[in-house]
Amino acid sequence: MGNGTSIGRVRGLGSSHHGTHHFLSSRLTAVGNLVLIPFLMISLALMPSHDYATVHAWAAKPLPATALILIMINTFQHARLGVQVMLEDYIHEEGGKIAAWLLVNILPLAGAAFGIVSVVRIALGGA
Amino acid sequence: MAQAPGKRPLSPHLEIWRWGPAMLVSILHRITGNGLAFAGLGLLLWWVSALAGGPESYQAFLDWVWLAPAGGLQTVTAVLGKVVLVGLTWAFFQHMATGIRHFVLDIGAGYELEANARWSSLTILFAVAATSVFWAFVLLR
Repeated sequence: MGNGTSIGRVRGLGSSHHGTHHFLSSRLTAVGNLVLIPFLMISLALMPSHDYATVHAWAAKPLPATALILIMINTFQHARLGVQVMLEDYIHEEGGKIAAWLLVNILPLAGAAFGIVSVVRIALGGA
Repeated sequence: MAQAPGKRPLSPHLEIWRWGPAMLVSILHRITGNGLAFAGLGLLLWWVSALAGGPESYQAFLDWVWLAPAGGLQTVTAVLGKVVLVGLTWAFFQHMATGIRHFVLDIGAGYELEANARWSSLTILFAVAATSVFWAFVLLR
């Protein structure tokens, strides 16, 4: 971003001065999901059984546990960005906008934190 | 002034339009994405927290979502669970395929009318095929 010509001053900013980050973060997390979700689905599909012992032993191993924690971070960020776009398109009243703003800024973070704590508990013992 | 004869190009109109593959996959991308966000991530959290809670809570998750050993209400939720899980698998494959389509569109390719319609239709075929293969593998192996 330069400060010379008028196009140079706005290049990369978008109309609201921060849309570019939203766009890129959406794509970046999409690439992450493209790796992480097939890993989860293939792992689940290949398991000999889906009883507690088998699934817990799998999820407690370092690689699956890491993948699960990354899934919590990546999917909730990706979902947060996508749901935000959907809400921006359909909610036009001020009150609704505030409720939507609270929803997309608090719930995904809480969900991801809860998911990560669960995976850590599986991986590091307890229960 | 007289009406111009023959077919003139019409501007997009709120009420006069028909479905095409591109607009279908566009709205499917949004529907599957939001379905995955709410139902998918909700189920993911239920699953992982049940697994973290120990054998009993994990068994309760399996019973409500799939096995229904107690009958009654669980019979209903276990049918729902199977529908939701297959639906989420389809939603993931559809969202993944249309997401990859968006990557192609992002680089400025694939806007020709025929190519756009063809690749849009292919995402739908891919999602149905991939969902079928995935569940056939899980259930039949």
